[in-house]
Amino acid sequence: MTSQAAPVVTTPSLPDDPFSTEILTDPYEFHQRLREAGPVVRLAHYDLYAMGRFDEVHASLRDWETFISGRGAGLADFARETPWRPPSLLLEADPPNHTVTRNVMNGIVSPRAVRALREGFSVLAEEIAERMVERGEFDAVADLAEVYPLQVFPDAVGLPATGRENLLPYGALAFNAFGPDNELRRAALAGAAAVQEWIAASCQREALAPGGFGAQIWAAADRGDLLPEQAPLLVRSLLSAGVDTTVYGIANTLYSLASNPDQWDVLHADPKLARFAFDEALRWESPVQTFFRTTSREVDVAGTVIPEGSKVLLFLGSANRDPRHWGEDANRLDIRRKASGHVAFGMGVHQCVGQPLARLEVELVLTALARRARRIELTGTPVPKLNNTLKGWSSVPVRVEAA
Amino acid sequence: MDHTQAEADLTLKVSRRVSAADRVAVIELRDPFGGDLPAWTPGAHIDLVLGPRLVRQYSLCGDPSNRSVWRIAVLREPDSRGGSEQLHTAAYENDLISVRGPRNHFLLDSAPRYLFIAGGIGITPIIPMITTVAAAGAEWELHYCGRSLASMAFHEELKSISPDRVELYSRDQPASIDLDGLLANPRPDTLVYCCGPESLLRAVEQRCAGWPEGALRTERFAPKEQGEPVRQGAFEVELAQSGVTLTVPEGTSILDALEAAGVQVLSSCQEGTCGTCETAVLSGEADHRDSLLTDAERAANNTMLICVSRAAGPRLVLDL
Ligand code: HEM
Repeated sequence: MTSQAAPVVTTPSLPDDPFSTEILTDPYEFHQRLREAGPVVRLAHYDLYAMGRFDEVHASLRDWETFISGRGAGLADFARETPWRPPSLLLEADPPNHTVTRNVMNGIVSPRAVRALREGFSVLAEEIAERMVERGEFDAVADLAEVYPLQVFPDAVGLPATGRENLLPYGALAFNAFGPDNELRRAALAGAAAVQEWIAASCQREALAPGGFGAQIWAAADRGDLLPEQAPLLVRSLLSAGVDTTVYGIANTLYSLASNPDQWDVLHADPKLARFAFDEALRWESPVQTFFRTTSREVDVAGTVIPEGSKVLLFLGSANRDPRHWGEDANRLDIRRKASGHVAFGMGVHQCVGQPLARLEVELVLTALARRARRIELTGTPVPKLNNTLKGWSSVPVRVEAA
Repeated sequence: MDHTQAEADLTLKVSRRVSAADRVAVIELRDPFGGDLPAWTPGAHIDLVLGPRLVRQYSLCGDPSNRSVWRIAVLREPDSRGGSEQLHTAAYENDLISVRGPRNHFLLDSAPRYLFIAGGIGITPIIPMITTVAAAGAEWELHYCGRSLASMAFHEELKSISPDRVELYSRDQPASIDLDGLLANPRPDTLVYCCGPESLLRAVEQRCAGWPEGALRTERFAPKEQGEPVRQGAFEVELAQSGVTLTVPEGTSILDALEAAGVQVLSSCQEGTCGTCETAVLSGEADHRDSLLTDAERAANNTMLICVSRAAGPRLVLDL
């Protein structure tokens, strides 16, 4: 009998705090060290496991039986700590419970539903692109990325007209709360009460306009597909995950192209490439940088035995730039590359349910701009916006030249 | 013949979960609001929707006259592709599960006499059959085999219905099943119902070759994953915008074939769940193999997910 003992590996350890101001501002040098250190790395600062290479991140995202979400998609372990809000029925749930709510949500944010929104979204995308090109100089964040999604998304959900200014702070709060108990998280939670109150009220049946995604979630509860108490939490999922993500998605895409103007040239020459440009920008400058999982059992990953109940930090943004998967030029933005298969929307059962909607929004804005603008360039230094989960910018000043 | 009853999409609560034998859990499902469940007949099964591509079928093995609860038995298979394993590790009391059905492809027809042959977890559809025919006063016998008595769910319950009519066979029992003897003489008054592993089904089928047509009824648990593609072999895909035509070989996805040919196409999950690669179909019929499009969208045949879906005919024209 031959027995194949697993090779004994010493799991490398790094002292860095990935949620420090330095790394949140510019994570890429750290990502490289993380990937070089090994497939599984201990982060001594938080005493947790991390993965930064594509293969392991991808495999862990898909293995929902081992890498579970029900104990929280952030650093807090729901088995030991009380979550800051009632857990999400999607993001922070596991099959089979997750399957029930996910099936309902898939039926609502479906390709068909998204196709029906295209025309209305397109009118507003053309309008805002027209205005920006007329102006010539604008801030890609404040004037465009933070404006367009808020023109289209809240109406698609059917939210009340007043109080929508709470949406961006709520998203920032939700995404900061996945992180450790640092200044960002404390500040976000300190201002949470008023925002949470508006959000909770807006998730109720009475608040939601007929025909929108929110009303459809309630209709699912009426049909018995959901328990009535689940409906407001599912509406809340749309509000936490559907706004900031697309704001960052648009801003990061424009940042990527403005800092690589040759790629804008390619896009302007063929605006149909907008969908690919967005996909590549998601890979290159991923809005959602990290998510946590918790191990449901002891598991051997590439020779490291991770005990049951361990928090594991998955670096989506690092996996998306891993040269082992993307090749030596992984750090280069190339809108003609095959970026498909990146993990910026996650992978497996939790993969972003809003993906078709996010793609629609960004494709429309980008196509409208690419047709009208021959060139784009930065006119100043972009200002990073720090968040424990999201990577993006609070200001990206640009100039566009009309075609 | 497809005896499909009106089929429901339900969300049910796991109201009880107990171990019934070695590696077998019995799970009871109820309506979360306490309502009645759809009616069913012996032999019916339900689909448990456990994930986007994880649908598993389980026979109902409780009492058909009790409309408030459904009972299923789940075997944890070492090489399970996820379904049973998942139910075992994740279906706890008070969890909610998506359920479709019930459906019956294993109908119990009336006869003066029944011979039931079950192997392992294949006992489940047989149980309501036996309670029904016993109550109707028919003649019946059950031959139930398994690895060991400890692995054979419900054997005590069955013995208690009628000890003389139930024969158990396992490695820890003296006798092994004598199929030749049992099935040697075809009897026109008897229906043979068999459910169990493929080896048992095949052995019984061979020995029933001389029986009247329709005397043997079997149920196979083919997983209701995607079946074989409609069309074997390669097909052609024409890309209307670029005018290119390429051949998609058997075993290769349209998406892979396009990428190999240098066509830039968007995709993400690559398993038919996210919808990113959705492509308009201009002509030709698609063999839809995704988990996303509705039946109406499939029937309309004007869109498809090229990461998993294929052509039903020799040629497809796509809006690419
Ligand atoms: C560029 C924009 C977006 C990005 C980068 C993004 C990213 C992600 C990622 C990485 C996940 C996976 C989380 C995990 O694995 O734990 C996810 C899940 C999710 N996303 Fe998005 N998202 C975007 C837009 C949206 C939009 C527009 C919506 C709402 C319509 C949305 C709703 C959700 C929900 C509800 C989940 C949880 C799904 C589940 O756990 O089953 N997202 N998203």
